[in-house]
Amino acid sequence: MAVLTIRNLHVAVEGKEILKGVDLEVKGGEIHAIMGPNGTGKSTLASAIMGHPKYEVTEGSVTLDGQDVLEMEVDERARAGLFLAMQYPSEISGVTNADFLRAAINARLGEGNEISLMKFIRKLDEKMAFLEMNPDMAHRYLNEGFSGGEKKRNEILQLMMLEPKIAILDEIDSGLDIDALKIVAKGVNEMRSSEFGCLIITHYQRLLNYITPDYVHVMMQGRIVKSGGPELAQRLEAEGYDWIKKELGIEDETVGQEA
Amino acid sequence: MATETKIPFDETYIRTFSSGRGEPDWLTARRLEALELTERLPLPKPEKTKIDKWNFTEFARHTVDSAPYAALDDLPEAVKALIEAGEGTKNLYVQRNHTPAYVSLSDELKEKGVIFTDIFTAAREHGDLLKNYFMTAVKPDEHRLVALHAALLNGGVFVYVPKNVEIETPLQAVYIQDEDDIALFNHVIIVAEDNSRVVFVENYISASREGKAVVNVVAEVFAQANASVFFAAVDHLAKGTTTYVNRRGIAGRDGRIEWALGLMNDGNTVSENITRLVGDGSFGDTKTVAVSRGEQVQNFTTSVVHYGKHTEGYILKHGVVRDSATSIFNGIGKIEHGASKSNAEQESRVLMLSEKARGDANPILLIDEDDVMAGHAASVGRIDPIQLYYLMSRGIPRRDAERLIIHGFLAPVVEAIPLEGVKNQLIEVIERKVQS
Repeated sequence: MAVLTIRNLHVAVEGKEILKGVDLEVKGGEIHAIMGPNGTGKSTLASAIMGHPKYEVTEGSVTLDGQDVLEMEVDERARAGLFLAMQYPSEISGVTNADFLRAAINARLGEGNEISLMKFIRKLDEKMAFLEMNPDMAHRYLNEGFSGGEKKRNEILQLMMLEPKIAILDEIDSGLDIDALKIVAKGVNEMRSSEFGCLIITHYQRLLNYITPDYVHVMMQGRIVKSGGPELAQRLEAEGYDWIKKELGIEDETVGQEA
Repeated sequence: MATETKIPFDETYIRTFSSGRGEPDWLTARRLEALELTERLPLPKPEKTKIDKWNFTEFARHTVDSAPYAALDDLPEAVKALIEAGEGTKNLYVQRNHTPAYVSLSDELKEKGVIFTDIFTAAREHGDLLKNYFMTAVKPDEHRLVALHAALLNGGVFVYVPKNVEIETPLQAVYIQDEDDIALFNHVIIVAEDNSRVVFVENYISASREGKAVVNVVAEVFAQANASVFFAAVDHLAKGTTTYVNRRGIAGRDGRIEWALGLMNDGNTVSENITRLVGDGSFGDTKTVAVSRGEQVQNFTTSVVHYGKHTEGYILKHGVVRDSATSIFNGIGKIEHGASKSNAEQESRVLMLSEKARGDANPILLIDEDDVMAGHAASVGRIDPIQLYYLMSRGIPRRDAERLIIHGFLAPVVEAIPLEGVKNQLIEVIERKVQS
């Protein structure tokens, strides 16, 4: 069973500290949700774990099954079993979705163990049908000209094709209508197993109606300030964040403010 | 100032050469007029590239006689890889240095009046037809290199598609250089009469990667009223070869000319590609991709000139530059007075793969008419780190991710190549040029 362990993580962007000591452990079989208003550092956490070139880890550690993630290149992190569904997936002209996915799968399998074309196509067809995607999308250029909803669905397609140990979903629900949201949730639920851990980053409780988390964390000022079970998300939906701010004496929850 | 190098072949040589090929008098006369022009005209001046020290005029041999290929099986492997067995070999022209070495045109097309033959046979057998087109889109008095071309013409192919004839399968030409110290003055003419349609695919290849030679190409394309010409080319000449290539098209009323050019030479190259949209409603689309590596210097000028009303012209140029190579991309969309309701669009992008590489994209719009649309986009830069991050975040190693992005960047031409063999060759050439 995989374990992603984050200890005292501090992250800066262009010299400005955004994360100020995050501690979190995500195990296979668990679904965690990180909630919080805009500007509190949620997406920074996701990008820093994956190794986005703009984010600099200044302190702390991230390990996957005891291996030092921060020492790894981005592609090594992925091959070790991490996956990040991005808030703004890149568009890559001239590279078809199918060619890209096959390259990604083969990179995991390594030379000599490449997936056969037939097996790949069968799997791709199956997952695309599951996510109610138009089969044409396999042959379109990666994310190019995709609508917001199509991009998000395509991120989930990649998740299902690559079968990581730990996935981070960065605002996978933003900009989705309710039908698309249900499909995305269906994809994530399909992945649920003791071998799969997931960290869902969202501002909205709405997604959590379709994917029930085991743990809910609230982030403010670049730290996790409160953790609980699914009932915490319900309360946030009903009452907003003000009660937490009051409880903790926080005036401005965004990064750069101190309690 | 241009160097004073005299070309090493004189009037007597040209007369002898021309009569030896059984050329009609008009062609001999045009050669001699052009020869005279070579003495006085300056070299062309491609924007931002100095070419006066390049070797366009010195070569040991003007023409060599090479053995023809008796059968398809005798073709060199490099040529075999480009052609498709079966249908693909029915309409095929292979030129070895200067020798038409394999020429085939299906009976079906012959019966329809299609001509697809080497330029010398065309001059002998269809002289009056050829005369109407030869050096009319590109005129010998433009500059020294085209004058030299007209004077020393020693290879090429003539395609003629009569009215209302639509050719389904592409016509394919392959020019292979397997001798050093020679010069190829290759002339390609494609005439598509009213309402006809043709797809033409050509490859320039060198048998050795060092091969020293001078190549001077002029291609003239005529799409008459409502005719359509699709012209695909992959140039992959050796490092020691200096190339001047001028591909020009003229579209009549509602005519269409589309170019898909994979410019992959390893030597210094000046490439000029102009499409003149003369007829109302005509359409021109130019897609060019290029890779420069090593020390090579390349200059690519693409232009679409709008004369007719309601004309549409599109220019796409994507270039990759690595090592210490230099690539200049000039794109010119020109709308003449009177070409109302026309649209000129262009996009030039240059991807730099190393610190020492030099690249430049110069988009130019020249508009002499009010009621038109026009647009351009240009960029010169490195591989986008965020795109790299995205691909790598799926487990793809950096090198492979870069490769994917580069191939994707050059895909607009690769995808447009209508023959699988040529498409695969272009992919392999790109792979070699960006990786080795």
